[in-house]
Amino acid sequence: MSSIAKKKGFGATLWDYLTTVDHKKIAILYLAAGSLFFVIGGIEAMLIRIQLAQPDNDFVSAGLFNEIITMHGTTMIFLAAMPILFGFMNAVMPLQIGARDVAFPFLNALGFWLFLFGGIFLNLSWFMGGAPDAGWTSYASLSLASPGHGIDFYALGLQISGAGTYIGGINFLVTIINMRAPGMTYMRMPLFTWTTFVASALILFAFPPLTIGLFFLIFDRMFGGNFFDHTMGGNTIIWEHLFWIFGHPEVYILILPAFGIFSEIFALFSRKRLFGYSSMVFATVLIGFLGFMVWAHHMFTVGLGPTANAIFAVATMAIAVPTGMKIFNWLLTIWGGSIKVTTPMLYALGFIPSFVAGGVTGIMQAAAPLDYQLHDSYFIVAHFHYVIVGGVVLAILAAVHLYWPLMFNQMLNETLGKWTFWFFFIGFHCTFFIQHFLGLMGMPRRVFTFGANQGWDTFNLISSAGAALMAIGVIILVINIIITVVKNVPVGNDPWEDGRTLEWAIPQPVPFYNFKQTPLVRGLDTFWIEKQEGNKEGMTYAEPVSDIHMPNNSFIPFVMTIGLFIAAFGALYNGEKDWAIPVLVLGLAITLGSMAVRSIKDDHGFHIHKEDLMNDEGGK
Amino acid sequence: MSHDAQVYVRSQTEFEYIKQKRKKDMRNQVTTFAIMIFLTLIAFTTVAAGFSVYLIVPVILLLAAIQVVLQLYYFMHMSEKNHQVAAFFLYSACLIAFTFILTFLTIIWWG
Repeated sequence: MSSIAKKKGFGATLWDYLTTVDHKKIAILYLAAGSLFFVIGGIEAMLIRIQLAQPDNDFVSAGLFNEIITMHGTTMIFLAAMPILFGFMNAVMPLQIGARDVAFPFLNALGFWLFLFGGIFLNLSWFMGGAPDAGWTSYASLSLASPGHGIDFYALGLQISGAGTYIGGINFLVTIINMRAPGMTYMRMPLFTWTTFVASALILFAFPPLTIGLFFLIFDRMFGGNFFDHTMGGNTIIWEHLFWIFGHPEVYILILPAFGIFSEIFALFSRKRLFGYSSMVFATVLIGFLGFMVWAHHMFTVGLGPTANAIFAVATMAIAVPTGMKIFNWLLTIWGGSIKVTTPMLYALGFIPSFVAGGVTGIMQAAAPLDYQLHDSYFIVAHFHYVIVGGVVLAILAAVHLYWPLMFNQMLNETLGKWTFWFFFIGFHCTFFIQHFLGLMGMPRRVFTFGANQGWDTFNLISSAGAALMAIGVIILVINIIITVVKNVPVGNDPWEDGRTLEWAIPQPVPFYNFKQTPLVRGLDTFWIEKQEGNKEGMTYAEPVSDIHMPNNSFIPFVMTIGLFIAAFGALYNGEKDWAIPVLVLGLAITLGSMAVRSIKDDHGFHIHKEDLMNDEGGK
Repeated sequence: MSHDAQVYVRSQTEFEYIKQKRKKDMRNQVTTFAIMIFLTLIAFTTVAAGFSVYLIVPVILLLAAIQVVLQLYYFMHMSEKNHQVAAFFLYSACLIAFTFILTFLTIIWWG
């Protein structure tokens, strides 16, 4: 088996990606699929803003508007932000800790395909009788009353894609615990690896409540259950609790990796060690813990009683402390650094004020009495877009520019990158800053239109104009990517010239086995230490060149996923079509059958022999 | 297998040590198993003897908790070395689950 790249036909490449278990290729799949859903969610956002640009608009009907807002939220959270972050985790984290792959390459592929087909299933609802329309939170009293199959698509699609995310999270945990290179102690791990670790732990604990909630919903809607139906002895509030026990950690699953990306960027482009590394680690873990203790702050107006509201309000405010620690550490990292304002650094600098603004409105809502005023108003919409767009999306866009050379051995154009940033950044503040005031003026969340006499016209128009600017920013990014891919100029390793962590030390394009010899880690910012000591290779090795064991590609993850995808249609039409139960059984049989094949058939992988490795220059 | 993989041969002393250790492990396992059977017997007896429900329920819950601990530490090897991470995750999960249960009891079902 030689690693010399050969020119391959389209069919061979497609088959390679369908069967791949290589974390670098799965990262590209996550990035591509996540970007596709990001564009779909973005188009839905534009439709929302077009509808709300004028009073008494009839661009879309009220029912369609509900479907669009539901799918916008669901798509952006589950199918865009999380998978794109998973893409970067896959691409970067194993390289940062000096591993040759993740712990379970097969499961990594399975996780991706489950996410993708869950997402496709959810979006098929548009063509099969209407999308879900009960909001991304899908509160049970509303979603049980929703006619058609929209909510069924939501519950089944998220169940499948949630399983994929869960598998991915466990995989990252095991990888980080077991596969760190010699010398890579926990307190030498780069911040992006740390945040991946904590975010994966949150996935481990947060997804089971969602799975339970979704199963209850599936049973209630499709199989005659009564978990949430109060007329039959159920309790509709339980859905809200289960959803937010998952939902609140979910926003930390999104923001922690974003914090990790920005921590890398600040250190890299300030050309300084990250200020307060250990307090950053402590703050990350603490945010992870507190994230589980605050979910009921989404439910202050449900009527939990003053004691419960007070407890959850105080717990929520406590999260501001570790988050504040992080903000100050980033500022002190920049302080006195030799700063290079590249595109990723620009995003990082824009992130701090944007995210602080979102955090401050978060503290306002944490005060339960004030939340009674703000609840379900545009103030809330403004708040969560400030933290998610101002935090997560800025981090994703920054990471696209930062890690593009690592993933594709090409550099995105810096000038176009800065244009993207300014359009997106100005558009973002223009869209959402004004929504705080719309909320305070009384505009409720999720309304499909408003009257001309309510005094909301101008502000809504400004907000819609901002959305157009954001769209222009994204279009420039797409043009940038197309130009870069067509030009295809290789840039080699350490393209930013100041790489600090192990991933920048690897020769480009990254060999499929990552490290010819496992590196020896001698401190935080491994690559920086080696560079300071004049090591031309950028790595000290922990072992002589020897055979490398690699996993075989496999088509089974794809087949397993197809089985669940088919089964989901059976569940969806249960009680309505005759073929529903046979299809459900057939789908589950395909999945269980492929699991049996995987268990019974031995697959020992293959070895890259020492001689081949010695001959292989590793792309340098 | 790698070309230059080394085959490790145990010395006599190591062999003796491991043998003794295995013997001790086995004794531990059998003892734990006996204790667990005994605890199960107590549980069944409390029910069969027809004690008050307010006694039976707490007793059985207590015995169940002890059984879980024995199971984890002796049969699932948590008492051995290098299980700190697993233990950390387990106790974190217990803490988080406890919060959920407490909240559900206090503000949904009792409140």
